[in-house]
Amino acid sequence: MSITLAVFYLLAAVTVVSALGVALSRSIVYSAFALMGALLGVAAIFVLLGADFLGVVQLLVYVGGILVLTLFAVMLTHRISDVNVSNRAVGRGAGLVVVGIVLVWMLQVARKAVWVVKEPGPAAPTTYGVGQAFLTDFVLPFEVASIVLLAALVGAIVVSRKEVKA
Amino acid sequence: MGDLGLHHFVGLSAILFALGLYCVLTRRNAIGILMGIELVLNSANINYVAFARYGNGGYDGQVFAIFVIMLAAAEAAIGLAIVLGIYQSFETIDVEATDRLRL
Repeated sequence: MSITLAVFYLLAAVTVVSALGVALSRSIVYSAFALMGALLGVAAIFVLLGADFLGVVQLLVYVGGILVLTLFAVMLTHRISDVNVSNRAVGRGAGLVVVGIVLVWMLQVARKAVWVVKEPGPAAPTTYGVGQAFLTDFVLPFEVASIVLLAALVGAIVVSRKEVKA
Repeated sequence: MGDLGLHHFVGLSAILFALGLYCVLTRRNAIGILMGIELVLNSANINYVAFARYGNGGYDGQVFAIFVIMLAAAEAAIGLAIVLGIYQSFETIDVEATDRLRL
């Protein structure tokens, strides 16, 4: 077993255990902190795949932005007194059946599918290439994305502010 | 990369997707459901980057993953704003209790 494979299994274990914490934890606060572990694990997986810029973006946007936003929402909406029932689950049996079927089906497909795989070269810095792609092939989606973010920002403010009776 | 193949990453992504789906299906807390969606989006991102790395080696997969992250940020902002609005109206964010569109 090569050192790369060992590192992958370590990172995958961190990610999956954290994701289990997100899915099964009884407290929503613990779920949020487990989500941090899962997101960090995925960022490390990105780096292992040679996508260093994407790993940093994942770190900044997910762990630094979305997770903090989620924690704010948790703190603002649940009562501290019922922390243990804040994250109740419903329909565990049916959920397990559906998820089990989906998981087995996906793993079967992944095992049987024939992919044309090219042995990847050594990892190189990707920032230059990603920036070039954004400003040449993907320049229209890039601009649309900025409009989407602006609309989401304005929409979030409009939805979450308190109504003021004039 | 040696013996680390594409199927490793696809398998990890499938497990992550299944856990996110379980989270979405069984949670009663609206924020918990949003966390499940984040897990699902992350599993899709792993697939994008892995297939790009083991495919033609271009940057398309990473660019798509960045777009997914961007949409996840927008989704989280809007979703959590809606959750806060629901909390102000219903005093709870249990999705079983919030089954009306008006008060």
